[in-house]
Amino acid sequence: MSSLARPLPHDAARLHVTGQARYVDDIPTPAGTLHLAFGLSEVAHGVLRGIDLSEVRNCPGVIDVLTAADLPFDNDVSPSAHDEPLLATDRVHYVGQPVFLVIADSHLTARRAARKGRIAIDPLPAILTVDQAMEANSRFEEGPRVYEKGDAKAAIADAMHRLTGTIEVGGQEHFYLEGQAAMALPQDGGDMVIHSSTQHPTEIQHKVAEAVGLPMHAVRVEMRRMGGGFGGKESQGNALAVACAIAARHTGRACKMRYDRDDDMVITGKRHDIRIDYDVGFDDAGRVAGVNFVHKLRCGWAMDLSLPVADRAMLHADNAYHLPTCRIESHRLKTNTQSATAFRGFGGPQGMVGIERVMDHIAHHLGLDPLAVRQVNYYSEAGGPSAPPPPPESISAKMKTEAVQTTPYFMEVEDFELHAITAQLADQAGYAARRAAVAAWNADNAVVKRGVALTPVKFGISFTLTHLNQAGALVHVYSDGSIQVNHGGTEMGQGLFQKMAQVADASFGCGIERIKVTATDTSKVPNTSATAASSGSDLNGMAVRAACEVIKARMAEGVAAYFGCDARDIRFVGGQVSDGAGREISFDEAAQRCYEARISLSSTGYYKTPKVAWDRIAGRGRPFYYFAYGAAMSEVAVDTLTGEYRILRSDIIHDVGASLNPAIDVGQIEGGFVQGAGWLTSEELVWNGDGRLRTHAPSTYKIPACGDRPDVFNVELWSEGRNREDTIYRSKAVGEPPFMLGISALMALSDAVAACGTGYPDLQAPATPERVLAAVNKVRRG
Amino acid sequence: MTKITMTVNGKSYSGEVEGRTLLVNFLRETLSLTGTHVGCDTSQCGACTVHVNGQNVKSCTMFAIEADGADVTTVEGIAAPDGTLSTVQQAFQDYHGLQCGFCTPGMIMTATKLLENNPKPTEHEVREYLEGNICRCTGYHNIVKAIMAASGQEVTPVAAAE
Repeated sequence: MSSLARPLPHDAARLHVTGQARYVDDIPTPAGTLHLAFGLSEVAHGVLRGIDLSEVRNCPGVIDVLTAADLPFDNDVSPSAHDEPLLATDRVHYVGQPVFLVIADSHLTARRAARKGRIAIDPLPAILTVDQAMEANSRFEEGPRVYEKGDAKAAIADAMHRLTGTIEVGGQEHFYLEGQAAMALPQDGGDMVIHSSTQHPTEIQHKVAEAVGLPMHAVRVEMRRMGGGFGGKESQGNALAVACAIAARHTGRACKMRYDRDDDMVITGKRHDIRIDYDVGFDDAGRVAGVNFVHKLRCGWAMDLSLPVADRAMLHADNAYHLPTCRIESHRLKTNTQSATAFRGFGGPQGMVGIERVMDHIAHHLGLDPLAVRQVNYYSEAGGPSAPPPPPESISAKMKTEAVQTTPYFMEVEDFELHAITAQLADQAGYAARRAAVAAWNADNAVVKRGVALTPVKFGISFTLTHLNQAGALVHVYSDGSIQVNHGGTEMGQGLFQKMAQVADASFGCGIERIKVTATDTSKVPNTSATAASSGSDLNGMAVRAACEVIKARMAEGVAAYFGCDARDIRFVGGQVSDGAGREISFDEAAQRCYEARISLSSTGYYKTPKVAWDRIAGRGRPFYYFAYGAAMSEVAVDTLTGEYRILRSDIIHDVGASLNPAIDVGQIEGGFVQGAGWLTSEELVWNGDGRLRTHAPSTYKIPACGDRPDVFNVELWSEGRNREDTIYRSKAVGEPPFMLGISALMALSDAVAACGTGYPDLQAPATPERVLAAVNKVRRG
Repeated sequence: MTKITMTVNGKSYSGEVEGRTLLVNFLRETLSLTGTHVGCDTSQCGACTVHVNGQNVKSCTMFAIEADGADVTTVEGIAAPDGTLSTVQQAFQDYHGLQCGFCTPGMIMTATKLLENNPKPTEHEVREYLEGNICRCTGYHNIVKAIMAASGQEVTPVAAAE
């Protein structure tokens, strides 16, 4: 039996629990390794007049200090628009922007010296807020992007009911436990070997090559593991790797850089915060006739990945709901703050909060159960062999007469599973009974109010930049029967390497102990996409399987020749290779015999996602190969005197298709939910009026701690899950979708606050105790 | 520079340190014991947790000089000399109590100390005890489960246990 679909522990679990697992900062360094630190701008916007570095240079242990003028080639670390200098040139654009680079004999020496630089800046007016940016028309792209389906304005005007509102949703610091880190090892001829904590080794290779004036073939990037990524290491590691390479080229010595946590939080980009205005028309059942959204995202000073992030927010403005007419207007605002970047969900969560807020608002307005309003708006169930039919009493059954429904970007929703998932979750978690119990509790208790909410997730899977949907792998079978697997994906804790080993084992039937997945390496698999968009297993799994199947076919020929049978009869099972009629040799012996028979035991594999094609300007087409689904029900208790609250219980059913590894998938769901709930509750980023981030350490920025997760937490994989598309063993991507299950916590808080009076809570996010208290007071005023 | 001596994982080490050298830097850079991680630099995340004279200490908040003469245990010293994992280590592996693994050494050290002091903690006590150790990946669910299992108490079956 192959290891596929078994709940194996993380491949490096033993190394982690014994402290042997190496991260970039743990790699033994060559003698004479130098350490780097950036000197940072203290001004949000201004003209750079001069930099006095004399005190920096005089610090004992400082080897050299570089400014933009000292850079030999390209001064850019942007992943997109070439608008992000490594070191500031004539202007500074945010508090925390790197201005000069200190090279010293220790990490501490470099950091202490960096504080002694005197940067002369003539301040300019800074654009910090959404309102300031809108007023100044400070934006990326020529104007707002607009996606439109039907005439939403007319539909809203003609609808029986109409509501308008606004929700502001804060950004989020990644807080990967391992901060950004990189090391450059100079080679002969000027070549560079780079160790970088990055989700995107190819991007590091590309930017380093540009910075040292060499072709990409002169730069090799190796990445064994990250201590967390969450999107924060898709582009934000570029600066460190490029700085190390430039300093290594300059000094001829190995150079290493890691951001101190405070520097990391001040320098690097975060999740985009967003303001969403909505205007919705609906009928007595809460069924939406039309909705108009205006998204305003603060993108920070440089473009980075903001365009596809904002696109994905638009692409998830519908979440699970069929919107007959819809208009989404998206403003990508340029502000003098950190350049907002990728973060788990990549804009999807922001878009989804908008429509979930609309559902919550409609239900409150009509006095209906919020879940009933959600269900009446669900897309039609796909039904068929992968899903049980919806229960006959379901409202959706009446809507099944409609042809395949389309999203606001005209993609047909062919694989909708949420009627069944929702029904099962509501049943298992006791939705109806617990809503009644919460109502009874709230009638009896004046101070502590409870709330409950069940919210769905439909998340589109594929890179929206279509050409990124490709992957490669390189597999070697050695003559002793051991196997080395390499692929373009990176390991950041999500268990990708173990899943890839399981995929290889499914081909060779050799036992997972024979398989080693090695560090991601740009010299083994070239031109890779970032491990992002939840795509790691989907893309790389198919590439790994393709490579394995090539070698397996060759081995079958070789063993068939040895047995004197037909290659089609050869089977690879249980560490044996057999002819199906009684003859068998061990996999190890088969490898040795194939080697001696001069059969190639190495192959690349390649995969590109079929079916995806769309026009991101028009907002039309099929950006996604398929959708991942899930639903969460959360119950909270709010102290209405202080605004403090607890999540009492969360129940989740999530669709991962046919799981490659259920233990890893459940772990992703648990972690994603808690991180998503953190985003919408306790994690608050605060900038002061000068544009300085005041929450730059865990002392002031509150990520969920052990006591913050729900008291009762039930997570289940959807038992009917099986991808309708031909993905790797019919599994589904799992990295990002569960993050948005955390929205149930925000909606449960809204429900609890609503019990305080007659007004709508209008709860903003993150729903810190302060905001909850404000909402309580608002509701009490009516 | 000051000469210090300490026992780390049962072996005696000496080294020259500056007064400002933190214990974590002495362990990582002088002794090459890189299993002790620096997560937040400010003694809040707990990735640098070690045992000093039998107490949990965040080693980024203690000077190396303060540990002169002390008995220090790091995550590298938890498994048996033959490599056999401790009960806590085995449970973290089996119950999927880790993802990226960066917080894991600190979690192992804290959990080990908890079970020394309180061999059968309630789930609530586990949560309270872990307040100083941050994990960004797992949502803590399987960490708590691993510790409950390591204490010999019944936990719901976890998929990762083979």
